[in-house]
Amino acid sequence: MKYTAQDFKSNQEVRWCPGCGDHAVLAALQRALPAVSEALDLAKEKFVVVSGIGCSSRLPYYMDTFGFHGIHGRATALSTGLKVARPELSVWQACGDGDALAIGGNHFIHAIRRNVDLNIILFNNQIYGLTKGQYSPTSKFGAITKTSPYGTVENPFTPGQLVIGARGTFFARGLDVDIKTNQEIFLAAALHKGASVCEMLVNCMIFNDGAHAAISAKEVRADKTITLRHGEKMIFGANNDKGIVLENGVLKAVTIGQDGYTLDDVLVHDAHRRDSFIHSMLIDMKDDLPVALGVIRDVEDTTYDANVQKQLEEVSAAAKVHSVDELLHSGSTWEVK
Amino acid sequence: MNHKVIDTKDVVIRFCGDSGDGMQLTGTLFADASALYGNEISTFPDYPAEIRAPQGTVSGVSGFQVHFGSEGVNTPGDFCDVLVAMNPAALKANAKWAKPTATIIVDVDSFNEAGLKKAGFATDDPATELHIEDRNIIWAPITSLTKESLADSGLDVKSILRSKNMFTLGMCFYMFNRPLDYTYAYLEKKFGKKKPQLVEPNKKVLFDGYNYAANIQAIANTYTVASADLPKGTYRNINGNQATAWGLIAAAEKAGLPLFCGSYPITPATAILEELALHKNLNVKTMQAEDEIAGICTAIGAAYGGSLAVTTTSGPGLSLKSEAMGLAMITELPLVIVDVQRSGPSTGIPTKTEQTDLAQALYGRNGECPICIVAAHSPSNCFDAAFNAAKLALEHMMPVILLTEGFLGNGSEPWRIPSMKDYPAIKPPIIDSCEGAFKPFERDPKTFVRSWAIPGKAGLEHRVGGLEKNPAGTISSDPENHAYMVAQRAAKVAAVADSIPELKVEGAPSGDLLLVGWGGTFGHLYTAAKQLQAQGKKVSLAHFDYINPLPKNTAEVFAGFRQIMVCELNSGQFADYLRARLPQFEYKQYNKVQGQPFIVKEIVDAAGEIL
Repeated sequence: MKYTAQDFKSNQEVRWCPGCGDHAVLAALQRALPAVSEALDLAKEKFVVVSGIGCSSRLPYYMDTFGFHGIHGRATALSTGLKVARPELSVWQACGDGDALAIGGNHFIHAIRRNVDLNIILFNNQIYGLTKGQYSPTSKFGAITKTSPYGTVENPFTPGQLVIGARGTFFARGLDVDIKTNQEIFLAAALHKGASVCEMLVNCMIFNDGAHAAISAKEVRADKTITLRHGEKMIFGANNDKGIVLENGVLKAVTIGQDGYTLDDVLVHDAHRRDSFIHSMLIDMKDDLPVALGVIRDVEDTTYDANVQKQLEEVSAAAKVHSVDELLHSGSTWEVK
Repeated sequence: MNHKVIDTKDVVIRFCGDSGDGMQLTGTLFADASALYGNEISTFPDYPAEIRAPQGTVSGVSGFQVHFGSEGVNTPGDFCDVLVAMNPAALKANAKWAKPTATIIVDVDSFNEAGLKKAGFATDDPATELHIEDRNIIWAPITSLTKESLADSGLDVKSILRSKNMFTLGMCFYMFNRPLDYTYAYLEKKFGKKKPQLVEPNKKVLFDGYNYAANIQAIANTYTVASADLPKGTYRNINGNQATAWGLIAAAEKAGLPLFCGSYPITPATAILEELALHKNLNVKTMQAEDEIAGICTAIGAAYGGSLAVTTTSGPGLSLKSEAMGLAMITELPLVIVDVQRSGPSTGIPTKTEQTDLAQALYGRNGECPICIVAAHSPSNCFDAAFNAAKLALEHMMPVILLTEGFLGNGSEPWRIPSMKDYPAIKPPIIDSCEGAFKPFERDPKTFVRSWAIPGKAGLEHRVGGLEKNPAGTISSDPENHAYMVAQRAAKVAAVADSIPELKVEGAPSGDLLLVGWGGTFGHLYTAAKQLQAQGKKVSLAHFDYINPLPKNTAEVFAGFRQIMVCELNSGQFADYLRARLPQFEYKQYNKVQGQPFIVKEIVDAAGEIL
């Protein structure tokens, strides 16, 4: 069955603030799902979108799919239960930086550790929006917010490093405004078997406007970001003349043709390599290095939900007991005559 | 000494020792042998929270009580006829449970200076110190005889000492004329494959213990306890946690749904998760979640996906699940929340039993959030209670809390195995299609139950969630709609009263005093009521298996009695609830919050005082 983005739009009025980055992520998801449906041969009723609480967690209402708007922090637990019970469903999760990384941090790392086959869209605007402007676990050190009027005195999480630390198999990063790349990311996430974490750097016009402007503004984006694609050279820049090289064990941004660097020196992105050494460094790139976008890590592994199902089938095939009546009579019993 | 063989209808025996002495196993083997012999039995393990508390101290004493007989075995018994104490601390902690006529067997080898000191005895005469010097105390050298018995076995000292509980068990088997075959078979099965070198030594020690008891002539009385006059059928032993797990599996089978359990380990509920994890062959998926909240939330996710979903816990875990219970309630998804209650508040006394979570189950959530509550009244009744809780959850599209207790979960009794064909069908309101857009919160006008549209079915796409909705499923903060939805959800829970059995009265339907109880106190209250009735008192018992909603005839039952006394293992939580629901009656209370079950005598005495 062929779908269009329109088929995934519900009749509900979208209530995010005008200019909120969430609009663009929603659009990218609605545009990506027809391709996902085709690639995985999945009818629309096999898609479920689960969320926690926060601005971004309103997303399920805007999708014409099965949807579950959960409670704060618990989206990952809800979607894990659903996926384990129904491995054949395509389960998508919308959650925010406060939702998934503060109150829901425990579920987040454990779903990644288990490698539950979920597509987790992490909306990271570095702020609590729905509660009107408090700092989140991804707010920069020193961020001035309503609950940190003199600046925060705590370091933020780097979501990608949590994924690596929890032995994650998939991590991608996208800018809200880059709908096309985000469509690619969502398709790759859907094709990946396991917990696919897609960090979306979204802007909050009201409480944290310009959080990502230093890299997302049109005039700087080409020089401040790099979109990684598996098998391709790590090249970026407005003139496509910059590249990432590995030198003395660290990554370095160079200009091709300058200082003796040639195209051959530029790294080729390997999203599929199992060890996370380079992926980890790519995730951390900032300041003198461009922020990495696209699919940074995409490694094959078995999934929890499939393993649970497999074990159930294996145990069932070998079992002598196949009904409750047989169960009740199993083991030690005796007759009273 | 004249040997007497006493014919008795029931006997209580209490095994106690250091928590590493194997008393739980000894008690279980004795109970199993008695059940196999045809006795009614009821057991109660009483163990410390620490796996290995400081050796030899009173806090490390582990006990297991077995009540067996030919009739009237409704509880694990209050006071014991035989007390086995493997060390001074065990004697000190348990002497108070020995009847004046009790026989006490102690391992005299452990009653040395160090042992007495560790147990906190001031003198070297523990019997006098405990005022039990007039009892029939058998000072048996159990440790040294076990060593002697296995001197040539080739086993190391540690393994030899570990089998001294078999010596004790052998002595008890002699006292009660129990055959050894069952235990021999157990030992062969347990050790036969993995540690075959332990089979014969354990059998030998058991046999030597039996012969020792027969030879010493210190055991004044041996007992014959006739087999019980039980209804015909196939029986098995079952404990409450196992019965709960099996009842849930049975409900899933009846409903034709997969079973999903998301839980986090917590005493004394963990055994339910462990049991469910064994039975993947019956379409059971279990998840040991990262925490209690994930336990219930994974279950809610599975419920949305069309499983019979379950989460199991104890009091502190129920606290953590509160917010998610509200989510299950407002999304109107079927979910069974099992709370095996333990002593609280906070961590409390984790291994001890109480009924102190009732108020939490009734009220412990934000907003207007009534939840249906079912309680189990005996270890084997946990099967039916779990089945019924699941049936209500699935057919009424709502979360149901099943309250059991540590006393029930760990306690065991023989159970006549039922046939699943005698259990009712379970018909959840699953739909395959609908006209127009699916409206998740449109209801049956009588039961207020909504339809269940499961992901994967075309045309039924819809959204549910924690935000208030209108019947069509659209988010709404409209004041009238909110009031309407609150009332509809409450009406749905209230309407469950039409689906549950009426309250039964044990005894005459009218009289001077109605004992009222709920949950695991049934055996004690029932026995107390029978004793009072035998004294000619006009006393009956009404025991509640369904707490919210109350059975429809509750007021009618209460009206038949001059006085009502609500007996529970808390400070009056059910009594307070009844006062709120049925304020036209006056409620007296008998309460106990000691982490221990009732004693029949205290109920009888309390009833006597107000009669």
